[in-house]
Formats: sequence, C-alpha cells, structure tokens
Amino acid sequence: MTIELRNVSRWYGNVVAVNDVTMSIGPGVTGLLGPNGAGKSTIMHMIAGFLPPSRGELTIASGSTSSGSSWRNPAIYRQIGLVPERDSVYAFLTGEQFVFSTAKLHQLPEPGAAAARAIAMLDMAGPADRKIATYSKGMRQRIKVAAALVHNPEVLLLDEPFNGMDPRQRLHMMDLLDKLGSEGRTILFSSHILEEVERLSGTIQVVVAGRLAASGDFRAIRRLMTSRPHVFTVRSSDDRLLGSTLIGRPAVTAVELTGTGLQVRTSDYGAFCRDIAVLARDHGVRLREVLPTDESLESVFAYLVAN
Amino acid sequence: MSGFFNPTIAWITMRSTLGRKRAFLFAIPALILILFTVALKVSHPPSRPWPSHVLGTFGFSVLLPLTALIIGTSVLGAEIDDGSIIHLLATPVRRSSVVVTKFVVATVLTMVFAAIPELVAALIAGGGSSPPAVIGPGPAGFVPVTISGSKLAIGLFVGALACSVIYNAVFVMVSVATTRAIAVGLLYVLIWEALLSNFVSGARLLSVSHYGLGIANGFAHDPSLAAGLSVLTSVIMGAVVTVAALALAVNLLSAFTLKGEPA
Repeated sequence: MTIELRNVSRWYGNVVAVNDVTMSIGPGVTGLLGPNGAGKSTIMHMIAGFLPPSRGELTIASGSTSSGSSWRNPAIYRQIGLVPERDSVYAFLTGEQFVFSTAKLHQLPEPGAAAARAIAMLDMAGPADRKIATYSKGMRQRIKVAAALVHNPEVLLLDEPFNGMDPRQRLHMMDLLDKLGSEGRTILFSSHILEEVERLSGTIQVVVAGRLAASGDFRAIRRLMTSRPHVFTVRSSDDRLLGSTLIGRPAVTAVELTGTGLQVRTSDYGAFCRDIAVLARDHGVRLREVLPTDESLESVFAYLVAN
Repeated sequence: MSGFFNPTIAWITMRSTLGRKRAFLFAIPALILILFTVALKVSHPPSRPWPSHVLGTFGFSVLLPLTALIIGTSVLGAEIDDGSIIHLLATPVRRSSVVVTKFVVATVLTMVFAAIPELVAALIAGGGSSPPAVIGPGPAGFVPVTISGSKLAIGLFVGALACSVIYNAVFVMVSVATTRAIAVGLLYVLIWEALLSNFVSGARLLSVSHYGLGIANGFAHDPSLAAGLSVLTSVIMGAVVTVAALALAVNLLSAFTLKGEPA
C-alpha cells in the first residue's frame, strides 16, 4: 500500500503545524525524522485518520485501488495498524485481554489465535496474563504494537515506538519492523533520534518546522549531513602550533585562536578527525580536548533546510 | 439496536467504569435517598404527602441526574481524557456502535444505582395522600385523594427508568463535546434541572426531570408529583432529546482528533 500526501497543510488558528508537505510512502520501512515539535506527530495523526488536513489531499491506496482518506473512515483500520505515542492503554486489562479484545473489535474469525500470534511476535507471551498496569513502559509499548498487528495490517504506523524501550527490546523491535517491511508492508515510524532511523530504514522523510526538509534514501541524506561544515573546539599543549599546521589541511576551512583554545571549521568530519591526530603526533602536540560544538540534531536539520 | 451494540466494547466499558475509584460515588446519592426516606417515614404521619415531593422532586432533579452525570460522563469521557479511546477508535467499529454501546452500559448502571433505589425508597415510603383535589364547586367540594403506595412506586420507577435513558444520552454527548463534562453537567443539573425547571414553567419543556415526572404521573396520577408535562409530551420530548443527543455524540466522535477535541 502507498500513502500519498499532496500539498498537505495543517494549522491551528494562526499556528502552522505542517506546511505544504508532499510525500509518497511505499512498502518497506520509512522513517519520519525530525526534532521535537517539527510536525511529525501531526503528520502521523493525519495519516492515521485522527486529524483532517486543513488543506491538501491525503490518500491511502493499494495498487491502483484507493481506499480514500483515513479521516472519518473507520473501515480503513482493516488495513492500518496504529501505535500511538501516548502511553495510555487499558491498564485494568491483562496484555492478553487487551490484544484479544482488539482482535474481536476487528471481527477476526479466530481472535484467540490471532492474539496469541501477535503476542508471540512481540515476545510478550510470558507477561501476557499480567495486568498492563504492572508493565514497564517498554512492555506497554510492545503490547500496543501487538494489538496494532493483531489483524495483520498492510500499513503500520508507529509514533515514536522506541520510547521507553531498553536496548535489547529496541533491537528486537527493529528486527521485527525490518521483517515486516521486507514482507511488503508499509511501515512508517517517527523518531527524533538519528541512530534509530539509521539502523532501520532505507528511506527517510525529514521534517523540520512543519516542512519536508529532505526525502529519499537514508545514505544519500546521511552523506549530505556528514559533509556539512562542522565546528570543533580544540584544546592542546600548543594551540598556536597546532592551528598553523591545521590550516594547511584541505579539510579545514578556518581556524580561530580563542582565549581557551582553537575553534576549527571543517567541511569533512571524518578527514578532520584523522588529520588532527596525525598532525598532533608529528608535531609533538598533546591533545587535551577535541569537541564537536554543533552536533545536535536541530543543527543538522537546520543545515538541511538551509540547503 | 442490536446491530449498534458491541459486546466487546460493553465488556471493556463495564471493567473500566466499575474498576475506577469513583465507582463508589455511584451509590452515594442512592444511599442518601434511602436513608432520607427512612427518616421521613419514621418522623411523619402516613397522611402527609411527602413521598411524592421527596421521591419526585429530589429523586428526579438531584439523585437521578447526579448519578447519571457521574456514570454517563465516565463511560466515554474518562477514556477520551486519558487517551485510551484511541485503541477503540483505531478499529473498524462504527462510531455509532461505540456511542450506543457506551450509552447502553451507562443507562443500565444508572438504572441499577438510581432507578432501583428510587423504587426501593418508594416502597419504603409506602405512598401517602395527595392534597385535597377540587372535584366540584362549593366549600364542601374538597375531598382527600389517597394515592396507593404501589402505584406511586411503579410510577416513580418507570419515570426513573425513562430519566436514566434520557439523562445518559445527554451526558454521554456532553462528555464527547467537552473535556469539562463534569463541570458542564453539574451546572446543568443544579441550575437548569434543580432550579429553573421547577420555577419557570417554560423551562419544563426542556427538562429531563419533568419528562420523568410526566411519565411517572401517567402511572401514579398524583397531583403532588407536580408534573408539569403530560405523559405524551414527556414521551415525545424524551425520545427527541435522546435521539438528538446520541446523533450529536456520534457526529462529534466521528470528528475526534488525537488532541481530544472535535475538529
């Protein structure tokens, strides 16, 4: 199935949350990447049918057959599974009761078998007979995914699915999503953590300030991200000597001597890291600190938007 | 109706509603009514017409709406507040099924916690006498009319059942329309039902308690019930309000957004 957004905008009063976004999400795993407040959740809510676009068109289609928009269309949930970000489940039910009742709401012919299969898929068979109120956040997240998968949907939407998971659970979930994507399902997950997207998806949609900043193959966008100018703060036993040798390297675009050390601008993150170590050794300079100063995800996104 | 009723939603709603701490609140108004009735029964002579006043006015304007308010706003409103409704709405179940099922559960619980206590209180009270009714001209034309205790009890019970239905349709709708359902409902009960509808005759046409009193009076034929509407008017208006409130609730729930407010 393919999710199509054409010139979709969403605003609340005078605040524009999503601005003229056009994207196509096909089978496989796609990451929706962006800093907090970028509009990822708003896009997810619109795709999931829990928010109408203020303008533009949003459709979910299988081949040439369009299932239409998801807004005010409950029948579409036969093909969509949703894992919301908000950590609110029926805590008074056991995990098994929760997934089983979801299977019944989907009117599956064998709800018990479907629930057992989904619970096993998420490695939750052990604690399934315990009340959800006793679960850790990661376990609640997994039982929500089991409920979203119980009807074997063609599209799975996950809003920040790795929140609260420990590293082992995270790897397990990543493998599961990878497997579901390779089976031809359309998996869309949102995240503000670059490494999660890097590990999982070949395709990403980068959203910044409500706009689509980059779209396509993760590796190409990653290259764009890593080849952007970087700024390092360097402290050493001889800042002036180190600065004069660094300025001769092609990867270095500027060196400034500050009161506390050096501020170095480079266009190639990897080459600079290799060069500075070799130069310091060759000139007998002791490195005390090499610190990238603008590695926040926001600065990466800001660069992508500017370019 | 059976096509709209979803047993799975009903089961989840029952577990959710009776499992919450506020479920204890359900029984408080009923307990107050029964204790109040017993106290009046002990302290008043049987000829005084207090059962109609207490069970009619207090029962229909305070006990029933308060119980229905607590239950009617919690069956759907609590899930909307905490966000768990999303798990229900992200399934192909029709929104009309969600609303009708929640409404049926709330109505049944209100009948258990308010209509049955109303019947019990009426049976304890055992009827009474209405004030003298004018049956002819002249000073000798005043005779007391005695109301049978069982007739009054049956009338109050049927009226309370009708009120349970109508009040819950209204409160389920309010819980979808606003996140401040309890506050809005309390204002409605205290200002409209308990105050205005008892003093402003025109307000009775839009008063659920007066629909209940009108229906109760159809069985009890007791002037002390102070029913301001006829049975026919009460039934028609009650049906219109119930259907309109449920239709509005379905429409609002269909436009539910993840922020919890209709778009």
